Amino acid sequence: MLHFYLNDHRISTAEPAGSALLDFIRYQQHLKGTKIGCREGDCGACTVLVGELSADGQTVRYQSMTSCLTPLGNAHGKHIVTVEGINAASGQLTPVQQAIVQEGGSQCGFCTVGFVMSLTGHSLSNKPATPETGLAAIDGNICRCTGYKSLERATAVLTGQLQERPATEALNWLAEQQFVPAYFTEMAGRLAALQAELHEPAMHATGIGGLTNGSFVNGPNGFASAARQVLGGGTDLLVQRLEQLREIPVRLVFDLAELRGISPVDAEGYVTLGAATTAEQLRASQMMNELFPRLPEYLKLVSSTPIRNMGTVAGNFINASPIGDLTIFFLALDTEVTLAAPTSDTRTLPLHELYLGYKQLAKELEEQVVSIRFRPPRPGEFFHFEKVSKRTHLDIASVNSAAWLQAKDGIIQSARISAGGVGPVPLRLHRTAAFLEGREVSIETLQAANHVAQQEIHPISDARGSAEYKRLLLRQLLFAHFLQFFPEQLAMRELLAVN
Amino acid sequence: MNHLDPVRHVRGESSYLDDIPVQQGTLYAAVFEAAVAHGRLRGLDLAAARAAPGVVRILTAHDVPGENQIGGIVPDEPVLAEGTVHFRGQPIALVLAHTERQAQAALHLIKADIEPLPIITDPRVAAAHNELIVPPRTFRIGDSRTAWADCTHVFEGVAESGGQEHLYIETQGAYAFPTEMGGVRIVSSTQGPTAVQRHTAHVLGIGMHQVEVDVTRLGGGFGGKEDQATPWGVLAALGAFLTRRPVKLVLDRMADMRMTGKRHPYSSDFRIGLDADLKIVAYEVTFYQNAGAAADLSPAVLERTLFHCTNSYFIPNVTATAYSCRTNLPPNTAFRGFGGPQGMFVIESAIAKAAEELGVPASEIQRRNLLRENDLLPYRQPAEMCHAEQAWDTAADLYNLPRLREEVAEFNQQNERLKKGLSVMPICFGISFTKTPMNQSRALVHIYTDGTVGVSTGAVEMGQGVNTKIAQVAAQTLGISINRVKVESTNTTRVANTSPSAASATADLNGKATEMACQALRERLLRHASTEYTLNYEGLEIRNEQVLAAGAPAETTWEKLVSSAYWRRVSLTENAHYATPDIHFDATIEQGYPFAYHVYGTALTVVTVDCLRGTYELDAVHIAHDFGQSMNPAVDRGQIEGGAVQGIGWMTMEELIYNEEGRLLSNSLNSYKIPDLYAAPKVLDVHFLDTPGHPRAIFRSKAVGEPPLMYGIGAYFAIRDAVRAFRPGHQPTFSAPFTPEKVLLNLYPPVSARSAAAWSSVSTSIPATTSAAS
Repeated sequence: MLHFYLNDHRISTAEPAGSALLDFIRYQQHLKGTKIGCREGDCGACTVLVGELSADGQTVRYQSMTSCLTPLGNAHGKHIVTVEGINAASGQLTPVQQAIVQEGGSQCGFCTVGFVMSLTGHSLSNKPATPETGLAAIDGNICRCTGYKSLERATAVLTGQLQERPATEALNWLAEQQFVPAYFTEMAGRLAALQAELHEPAMHATGIGGLTNGSFVNGPNGFASAARQVLGGGTDLLVQRLEQLREIPVRLVFDLAELRGISPVDAEGYVTLGAATTAEQLRASQMMNELFPRLPEYLKLVSSTPIRNMGTVAGNFINASPIGDLTIFFLALDTEVTLAAPTSDTRTLPLHELYLGYKQLAKELEEQVVSIRFRPPRPGEFFHFEKVSKRTHLDIASVNSAAWLQAKDGIIQSARISAGGVGPVPLRLHRTAAFLEGREVSIETLQAANHVAQQEIHPISDARGSAEYKRLLLRQLLFAHFLQFFPEQLAMRELLAVN
Repeated sequence: MNHLDPVRHVRGESSYLDDIPVQQGTLYAAVFEAAVAHGRLRGLDLAAARAAPGVVRILTAHDVPGENQIGGIVPDEPVLAEGTVHFRGQPIALVLAHTERQAQAALHLIKADIEPLPIITDPRVAAAHNELIVPPRTFRIGDSRTAWADCTHVFEGVAESGGQEHLYIETQGAYAFPTEMGGVRIVSSTQGPTAVQRHTAHVLGIGMHQVEVDVTRLGGGFGGKEDQATPWGVLAALGAFLTRRPVKLVLDRMADMRMTGKRHPYSSDFRIGLDADLKIVAYEVTFYQNAGAAADLSPAVLERTLFHCTNSYFIPNVTATAYSCRTNLPPNTAFRGFGGPQGMFVIESAIAKAAEELGVPASEIQRRNLLRENDLLPYRQPAEMCHAEQAWDTAADLYNLPRLREEVAEFNQQNERLKKGLSVMPICFGISFTKTPMNQSRALVHIYTDGTVGVSTGAVEMGQGVNTKIAQVAAQTLGISINRVKVESTNTTRVANTSPSAASATADLNGKATEMACQALRERLLRHASTEYTLNYEGLEIRNEQVLAAGAPAETTWEKLVSSAYWRRVSLTENAHYATPDIHFDATIEQGYPFAYHVYGTALTVVTVDCLRGTYELDAVHIAHDFGQSMNPAVDRGQIEGGAVQGIGWMTMEELIYNEEGRLLSNSLNSYKIPDLYAAPKVLDVHFLDTPGHPRAIFRSKAVGEPPLMYGIGAYFAIRDAVRAFRPGHQPTFSAPFTPEKVLLNLYPPVSARSAAAWSSVSTSIPATTSAAS
């Protein structure tokens, strides 16, 4: 059984853990405010808030997620909020709703609830309310009617109102201002009680804790049934295999505390990530931002706010898309993955050795990524990530690439280049990197390096671009890394003058 | 005055098709579709699917009791394929099952035996094979053939614009219920309830009076639910009719994208001649419209391409010919602008070509040739109450075009990687269905005894705010608060024989009918007041729910007046009919006065292209638009902003990719991209031009749905301008959308000639040579 709160109501359900939260909301609970637009996380019409009790048990942290890709099992122990859960009983509009109406942010209305939920989530978040964070909150919501300008105006109105939001006891203020109904102030207590209940041994025995009842396993002893499908944030699997996931037992890993977290840099210079660390957790990490000063820029190019709240790093690796953004990012960082399995030894292998062929992994079925280790750039080392897609944001790359470099006195000591979208797997351009090593940073070196790179890649023509385009784009991104690293030594016009 | 619906929208309380509470016994339908684009349908093996869990019945063409035909303009489209399949995604069979999941699962068990036939996806190839939907049409004014001699400069070229997926966020669907006299009631997500009613009756072999169609609202339409909502309404009805159980059919996103038609891709040849003063003397253009496998609305779309082939310019000698070409793609259909944008893209390309060859800014040519009062358009309707120059000059002045140009030049001089581009895009768009008989409407207005009012019309609310405008018309005409007015669902039993909500004309047509009905009711009530309260009828009026006699409050209010009228047995219901006056068109000579009026405007667009990566951002779009006397500036502004961004999407990132087998590769939201928040222009100014409006517009508030889409064309030419700033002298092929791929390949032309084929992954694209056909 799964236990959680849906709006103001306690839910207990035996629906499959791998089914979509969206279907539960609309067709089991008949809450029709949440709409179906695309079922692949690309439109945001089904956005809901997912509230999780913080470690101290005192507050609930709400994040927007697309319910079409949220496994129902990931609602376990949490507070799921749909528009029906924020509507004022009086019929009065919340400030978010009022701003959208007032600024003409709703035309046909089909996407509107998604925007309402995203902006309500923004109000509940502890991020400062700035014009940028306001817009980022709705960057996963597609509207075909308005052209967004009215929604931007509505967001600006809210940003103004949220300036008054106090730093502490914000929830009380939000409830007073009717951003959310009063019951929200009780949710931390209710979730704490629910979790205590779920952890009682008696509940475990009957399976109510959800650890052993056969439909899903999400506890630390999950290895007992390793052949189950591992399910993280759901952002790939619920697009690809929704129907199948309803039918098979799944092992939920999204909420396993031991699979989350970002360790500090260790003595060997490595950072370790839990496999279920989300893209948003990377983005929000102060340490990661110090290690990668341009991280917000990079991650703004990676999907959208709700998908970053859901998608995990290991999920991106294991999906094995030749174009996975996080995969490409980490490939250039000498990243290793640690795989564990119930019947074999835990082992560690370099990320680039994980990929054998298109969607083929050097991983046994029962093996599961448990941790990820990478060496962040040290002072004096260079790192950069590039991505170009048809639409700059919330799109899959045509080509993406990352580069890591050590250079001294204008001579490249060591290099690692990754490239996505130019082969059947996410590539490390080993020969290109080897070619660069020992050479001076110059136009000639880079043009020659590009010739090597062009021999290492095998792009195909598809909806993301023709093979010719991808070859050209890879060259551009390769050069973009170096223009970023050595703006003084390299001039773009000269670099690109000769083919 | 806000849009009325959004209060419900933001609370998630507005009901769309999939939100209707499911009636017990409902069967769920799933469509089995052709997996090849052209072939002989030799057999269908349904045995395994019939035996699948939950499957109740599977319907094929053999089960159609009436005629298996839903073609609107040309009867060339069966509702379920028979004999031959003509496009991938063509419906062949309908599975009815107890649950949606069961219906979907059974689809995989059906086997179709289809003998492949040759596939055509390119309109020029179709034209060469004489595969035409209707005979070609030519609009002609002056004599372009002899006019070339008077031209100092003559340029020719090819322009191509791609299709566009509507991407209404609510997918297509219908929910049909059997009714007691052997009929059906259909809740349909359609812009054309009467079309669904008519075709359903035809397919079921029953009278239209046995088919009721009801529409509350659509989650977006944009033309995609004009004709293309019909198959799903008819199929659901067929299921309900045959099983006598409710049948619900909702397409999932990928099925919707695969199976439904889109904006027509066009490939066109142009030739333009100018005199020494840059006056356009002659223009010849040949359009090859990619119609897809059936007529649908293609002939009407083609006609509007011809109507708008000279956009906002006066050209004395024009010969414009258009071919509607049959290909093996889903039947292409209406989409905001309805062929107009495709025609305008070509004349703008021709002007750009001339400007680039002559080394002058395109705006020099554009401004000099704008329409003036009483200039004749190629179909001989004069430009009356023409605001083309006013729109241009206001935009140029207000947003300081000369300074924008300087800023762009300065920026480009100082920057290597980033280049800015600028364009000016004037528009002129005709309002009315070009099929004159369709310009009629009806309104049924009930005043209830408590003074509240219900209005029914043929208008379908799909976000454009038409219900709000109709409520405004009723409230203002009756002199009452808008809170008393409810605009009812659109229902064929209340208002019959309606035209679809399309052609930007819905508020005009249905608003005028509402105004007429309310005027009649007002007059009747005031006549009653004059006898009941012995007042002089002259000078009686109702304002703010108070009856005024010669300006002074009389002893009765709206509520009392209505009540007393009822007790005196005065009718409180009125039914009015409106037909747009003065319009006519003779297709045999391609001349007439087809439009009630024209809408004008001008957009200035500034973009920045990243010349390292080939990506771009829209810095600003500044628009001066002719709303007339806007009756709802909030709604109207929303239409301009939304239309412009939709047009920008068509011209920049929205790329439909079919392979040579006619399979759609950009078949989901992850591979077909429409503008997101960050893709919208950073600045989008909308200036309301000071114009008087037109008496044939409702309350002199001009139609506003389609015209702004064409401002988006400015994005294409601004990007082109930036590309040329990086690569002076280069002339990119006129090929929209200008995707980052095309930008990069134009910035860095591949060395090998072979790479010119880089874009031919789009199988509908054409070699960049001038075609011999004309």
